[in-house]
Amino acid sequence: MDLHLKIWRQKDRQSEGQLVNYNLTELNPHMSFLEMLDILNEKLIVEGDEPVEFDHDCREGICGQCGMMINGIAHGPLEHTTTCQLHLRSFKDGETVLIEPFRAEAFPVKRDLKVDRSAFDRIISSGGFVSVNTGQAPDATAIAVTHQTAEEAFDSAACIGCGACVATCKNGSAALFTSAKVTHLVLLPQGKEERSHRVLNMVKQMDAEAFGHCSNTEACEVECPQGISVLNIARMNYEYNRALFFRKL
Amino acid sequence: MILNSKIPEGPLEKKWENYKKTAKLVNPANRKKLEVIVVGTGLAGSSVAASLGEMGYNVKSFCFQDSPRRAHSVAAQGGVNAAKNYKNDGDSIYRMFADTLKGGDFRAREANVYRMAECSLNLIDQAVAQGVPFGREYGGYLNNRSFGGVQVSRTFYARGQTGQQLLLGAYQALMRQVGKKSVQLFSRHEMLDLVLVDGKARGIVVRNLDTGEIERHAAHAVILATGGYGKIYYLSTLAMGCNGSAIWRAHKKGALMASPSWIQVHPTSLPQSGDYQSKLTLMSESLRNDGRIWVPLNENETRKANDIPENERDYYLERRYPAFGNLAPRDISSRAAKERIDAGFGIGPLKNAVYLDFSKAIKEQGKEKIQEKYGNLFDMYLKITGYDAYQEPMMISPSAHFSMGGLWVDYELMTTIPGLFALGEANFADHGANRLGANSLLQASVDGYFIAPYTIANYLSQEIHTGKISTDTPEFDKAESNIKQQIEDFIRINGTKTVDYFHKTLGKLLYDYCGLARNEEGLKYAIGEIKKLKQEFYRDVKVSGKGNTMNTELEKAGRVADYFEIGELMCYDALTRNESCGAHFREEFQTPDGEAVRNDAEFQFISAWAWAGENNEPELIKEPLVFEEIQPTVRSYK
Ligand SMILES: Cc1cc2nc3c(=O)[nH]c(=O)nc-3n(C[C@H](O)[C@H](O)[C@H](O)COP(=O)(O)OP(=O)(O)OC[C@H]3O[C@@H](n4cnc5c(N)ncnc54)[C@H](O)[C@@H]3O)c2cc1C
Ligand code: SF4
Ligand code: FES
Repeated sequence: MDLHLKIWRQKDRQSEGQLVNYNLTELNPHMSFLEMLDILNEKLIVEGDEPVEFDHDCREGICGQCGMMINGIAHGPLEHTTTCQLHLRSFKDGETVLIEPFRAEAFPVKRDLKVDRSAFDRIISSGGFVSVNTGQAPDATAIAVTHQTAEEAFDSAACIGCGACVATCKNGSAALFTSAKVTHLVLLPQGKEERSHRVLNMVKQMDAEAFGHCSNTEACEVECPQGISVLNIARMNYEYNRALFFRKL
Repeated sequence: MILNSKIPEGPLEKKWENYKKTAKLVNPANRKKLEVIVVGTGLAGSSVAASLGEMGYNVKSFCFQDSPRRAHSVAAQGGVNAAKNYKNDGDSIYRMFADTLKGGDFRAREANVYRMAECSLNLIDQAVAQGVPFGREYGGYLNNRSFGGVQVSRTFYARGQTGQQLLLGAYQALMRQVGKKSVQLFSRHEMLDLVLVDGKARGIVVRNLDTGEIERHAAHAVILATGGYGKIYYLSTLAMGCNGSAIWRAHKKGALMASPSWIQVHPTSLPQSGDYQSKLTLMSESLRNDGRIWVPLNENETRKANDIPENERDYYLERRYPAFGNLAPRDISSRAAKERIDAGFGIGPLKNAVYLDFSKAIKEQGKEKIQEKYGNLFDMYLKITGYDAYQEPMMISPSAHFSMGGLWVDYELMTTIPGLFALGEANFADHGANRLGANSLLQASVDGYFIAPYTIANYLSQEIHTGKISTDTPEFDKAESNIKQQIEDFIRINGTKTVDYFHKTLGKLLYDYCGLARNEEGLKYAIGEIKKLKQEFYRDVKVSGKGNTMNTELEKAGRVADYFEIGELMCYDALTRNESCGAHFREEFQTPDGEAVRNDAEFQFISAWAWAGENNEPELIKEPLVFEEIQPTVRSYK
């Protein structure tokens, strides 16, 4: 199959970017989207051009690295799918595909399709953990956790930190990402002790990183490759208010 | 050189305790004066950096991804082993030790393997305390499942994303220390050289991958936790960025490489579908608990899987290995698949796969149960292949997966360079010639959480009077100028072929001649071809862009340049081992019915290799393996 690509090229953070046109022919529909970019890059290199920089690593949908906007949709047309798990069979022969970096104030473009998502790490570093030292833990079954609770915590813990929720949100909010971690840890007995601290610090950091506010459009959930539910955001709000309330007491 | 493995005195079950009792400590006030570099933020790197930071050392943590959370440990699916015996099915530290030693074909050190089994109990406790949501029974207790190569249920899992959850636990512990400023984080930094001062590891030279800047970092000890190099085959289950460069550059500075040719081929990956393919995706081995593996009984079968009646299917694992059946260890299952494929019974468009069939399990347990256990894997399969595995069997095929080889380390996890430690998949590990499923997450984690914090302290106790180490020295100057030279060279060559072309060509050579099966003639041929390919690379590679900016092609060029040398060493290693064992199947050494023939009389040792310089044959140094507790037996899974 043939595809016409319009790809955002930007030299570095300071430079202005622009869309550049490329044509690819005789593509195999079983090819993944990133393999198609590999082929484009091979071609560009051989022709003496600089290849398109894009982020990726596992190519299994689990590392969270491969984010880009495809036809205006984070990670492309398939629901709950990372870019690396998207295959050309999802496109039509001869289609024009627009490829841009994730856009959000808190995710500055580094080059071409690569953006800086280190703000997520700083949010985690502000409180997204259980404060346990190494080698101190009690026996793992000493505290029972029901099957349902473990599964529910897992649903939130499954966030891969890809940033699609931010990129797709008109406010550039990191509420889904942050709330997923808040929820994962508060559901488990091990994480309950620090619940107030955690949520206050993480929300504060989120605001400091220039992420926007959540205005409940719920676009994030639709684009999230892990299907993280917006109910996590409700829980984060509850935890936040609860923490504020008890702090005042 | 005589290798000293530093195995502690005493009976097996007391060795680690004895070590810890006598290891030297560093008092908290002195820890502040000591700096440690940790390269890698996978399970091994994150856990050790977090632990050392928490203890009060000054730690610098490096990884090439944009966040430590993306290290390749995140991709592990199946589970992590621990001898907790929660199922009361007869598991114990000793049994886990015995299974692992046997699974590794008696090519691992007893003392290390025992320690790994011993520490496995703590790991589960640690992970649960961090909030890792392992699978639970309805009553609230932890659940287990069984994995290839063992007959007890000792594998803990978090759906099909165990590596992700364990890594997130370790990453969160790391980020907690970053917040406390005991660990300084350098993501998007690639280590390009190791710096030695007076024979000790004293620092590294790195490239900032976002800006192209070359930086120097000094420390009292350097820890490499840089993962495996199975990506040398190009097509493998590993992430695109996985590489062997950090350990290889340390090797060229004097650290020995052990058992480089033992690369595990995993039996349950998705088959290759075309030339454009960049990697092979693993389907968790846990699928083998409920999936049955078969190929058609008739050659050149053209019917669809569901149209082939039961009596025309060859469940070859169940046939050949009745005791273990579909749960036979990875090397055995992979080889059995290759045997059927090579004999012309392969299935799929390229005839390069076998079936993994869930129809019986779905009939017996119901679709819902199977969905709950493996749902995400079935979804992944559908996304990648476009086929629904609830309706028809999956197609799977063997692919390169895990490097048992790596830097040689002693019991303290220290390499032959004083002050240089190697953890996780980067060391030659506790797996022997073959790794049992779910033991690697374990090894990486216990290396980092429970072992290195003691052994590194023991080393650092002698460094408290060293004082701050300067990066402004001739050793750092030289390392930096070499790196800059190499970068310039890559860009100057300006040939006609891409880096990926060379990587793919090398990978294919290794699959064909140093893959699932090897023979003398093939290995010798491969060594010659690799040398030629390397020369061609330095003549004709094309790396576009510049050295002083972000440049992925340049990153890849450095890694592939090292892969040529690692590949050559793999072939030498395979050539000197006149036996078949674990991941190493030498066609000359097999029984009439195709089983591996190990040669304990002559090869009961670890092959450690010293770099002898460009264009010289590497030097082999042997570490004899002594078995006191368990006498090697023929590994039979029949
Ligand atoms: C698909 C898949 C599934 C698996 N499933 C299982 C399983 O179910 N159970 C199990 O036990 N094991 C499994 N394994 C194996 C296991 O995941 C790995 O062996 C283990 O996670 C390795 O951990 P590590 O910490 O040693 O290295 P990694 O997690 O690979 O981390 C390597 C780190 O080193 C960094 N790095 C590398 N080179 C450099 C450099 N030059 N400069 C700076 N940083 C560098 C990387 O950025 C990364 O942070 C699986 C592996 C794969 C590929
Ligand atoms: S919540 Fe979903 S979209 Fe957002 S970072 Fe996590 S996985 Fe990605
Ligand atoms: S490359 Fe890892 S999620 Fe896509």
